[in-house]
Amino acid sequence: MLSIKNLHASVEDKDILKGINLEIKAGEVHAIMGPNGAGKSTLSSIIAGNENYEVSEGEILLDGEDISELAPEERAHKGVFLSFQYPVEIPGVSVTNFIKTAINEKRKANGEEEMPANEMLKKIREKSELLEMDRKFLSRSLNEGFSGGEKKRNEIFQMAMLEPKIAILDETDSGLDIDALRIVANGVNKLKNENNAVLVITHYQRLLDYIIPDFVHVLMDGKIVKSGGKELALELEEKGYDWIKSELN
Amino acid sequence: MAKYTEDDLKVELENKEYEYGFYTDIESETFPAGLNEDIVRAISKKKGEPEWMTDWRLEAFRAWSEMTEPEWANVHYEKPDFQAISYYSAPKKKDKYASLDEVDPELLDTFKKLGISLDEQKKLAGVAVDIVMDSVSVATTFKKTLAEKGIIFCSISEAIQEHPELVQKYIGSVVPQKDNFYAALNSAVFSDGSFCYIPKGVRCPMELSTYFRINQGGTGQFERTLVIADEGSYVSYLEGCTAPSRDENQLHAAVVELIALDNAEIKYSTVQNWYPGNKEGKGGVFNFVTKRGLCETNAKISWTQVETGSAVTWKYPSCVLKGDNSIGEFYSIAVTNNFQQADTGTKMIHLGKNTRSTIISKGISAGKSQNSYRGLVQIGARAENARNFSQCDSLLMGNNCGAHTFPYIENKNSTAKIEHEATTSKIGEDQVFYCNQRGIPTEKAIALIVNGFSKEVLNKLPMEFAVEAQKLLEISLEGSVG
Repeated sequence: MLSIKNLHASVEDKDILKGINLEIKAGEVHAIMGPNGAGKSTLSSIIAGNENYEVSEGEILLDGEDISELAPEERAHKGVFLSFQYPVEIPGVSVTNFIKTAINEKRKANGEEEMPANEMLKKIREKSELLEMDRKFLSRSLNEGFSGGEKKRNEIFQMAMLEPKIAILDETDSGLDIDALRIVANGVNKLKNENNAVLVITHYQRLLDYIIPDFVHVLMDGKIVKSGGKELALELEEKGYDWIKSELN
Repeated sequence: MAKYTEDDLKVELENKEYEYGFYTDIESETFPAGLNEDIVRAISKKKGEPEWMTDWRLEAFRAWSEMTEPEWANVHYEKPDFQAISYYSAPKKKDKYASLDEVDPELLDTFKKLGISLDEQKKLAGVAVDIVMDSVSVATTFKKTLAEKGIIFCSISEAIQEHPELVQKYIGSVVPQKDNFYAALNSAVFSDGSFCYIPKGVRCPMELSTYFRINQGGTGQFERTLVIADEGSYVSYLEGCTAPSRDENQLHAAVVELIALDNAEIKYSTVQNWYPGNKEGKGGVFNFVTKRGLCETNAKISWTQVETGSAVTWKYPSCVLKGDNSIGEFYSIAVTNNFQQADTGTKMIHLGKNTRSTIISKGISAGKSQNSYRGLVQIGARAENARNFSQCDSLLMGNNCGAHTFPYIENKNSTAKIEHEATTSKIGEDQVFYCNQRGIPTEKAIALIVNGFSKEVLNKLPMEFAVEAQKLLEISLEGSVG
């Protein structure tokens, strides 16, 4: 489904990604772990199409189509979703209005009619219940004054609404207490099926207790240095990243 | 790279012609350029006005002749040559039309381009439209329904003929002839405008709406509006404006006077979208307007404005809170792009006891424009327990525009409470990227962010107007993030 080949990227002439290869198939959950500054968030931003990064080499294929030259919204229309580490505030725009706009823009791009209001409302109700969100929450301004947990829950709510092919969760566990973590993870698990895929980017193993990955990759200094099954995450938790460093040397 | 960048978008938008920049070729009768007492008399005569009106105009003209154009506003422009302007232009067909069939088809076509065809407007529930085109009213609808309630809604020329006692009593009572340079000019030469009277205790059953349009090249437009809400009455009045694209600057100096008698309420909403000039700042309308309302005891006046057009705007819809417990409100969105300049705000003059005023101003600047809020809150010595709350928010797009706030507070009463809040923010790349990631293209994302920013004011507009206003915000700001 998502296939990244020899991806090199830089920001302000500083090389951050130095040849990433990653193959994610439908129905799979992949986790990328790594120390601070390894390039984890850069990778997620680049997949989503953030233009602040310069892709110098390599390609990003979604269902065989190279999307690396597409605008971020075009990638979104094709089913790329990024749950942001730091979701931005948009004052005066309600959660409902925002998601309604997003859904209809996607439908428009795919040559579909706008979603009828009753269908939209039904879906909003269903998905907000899945994430145990208060009804009042939906009429608040997007991310304005939200707690860390509310912000992340709102990200997963949007993911549930947009039903992406590939969802990238960038440090979704940061700023979450244990209850919120459980709700968010539960939401992700319920949304997962054999037609979509999830890429979890995390610093800690904690989230992976809830969202069980099929594959774990270790990203260090712009490269994937080690891949394995879910047990790799536990090993990392136990031994730390220095263990890999020493193993590499 | 086949990608459509923001720069491409900018180029496209800069080249896009002004949406409403078309010109209707209707035979007009236009006075020669220039202004003197004879012209003032001729205007008055043309309109068959009574002597008191002619004298009132002449008095204004004499005052104007002695005055100089104000220069204190934060705007820079080449002053109009007042002797090069023609002060009267009217569509040649002078008979009122009994039905749409009789209306010049080209005129109807113009209305259709504006999206306000009479057909549609007639069908639109609850909206009566008094269309002012090139200074003379050509159609008035829903008059009968209003007449049943005793509501008078007509052109000011007609009111001068048919309700001279009301006009004579109230015209100039809130904005005197000598109030300021442009008000004096307007008083001398006003060609037409709207008049509205709501009798005692009557709640006007529909939104009253006027569409203004400047049509004749080189014709100044001097509208005069007078709205009187008698004791205990209520009216919501909408004013919407668009103008065709023109190369030379067009001067517009309107005067709007509102009178809310005891326990009356007037809501006055404006959406203004006059030609702002091209991307080099050439052309565009000069909008020098005096709008003021007077509140008697327990009365309330709300001004709501969405200003997206004009090259230069100089406008301060104000409230004189004369009566005890009266309320004044000002809700404003002012958008400037390219080389537009706006100096706009309000004056809240608290004279009575327990008077309250609220000011919410949202300024949005893009391109190389300058956007100033200028507001005065004045509390008189007798205004016990007066209260004011002001909030001025500015949103900037790009690095070449300016936002300025000039709040003036004059307080002569120690029991007054005055609050002022102000914020300045910038549309962030991260906000736009966030929207993009959710599938919302940049243009739409900006519209969404701007609408969110302006929400408190948009919410104050009547429903059908709010939709139009949102569209205007989008048109005026497309592609201006940088």
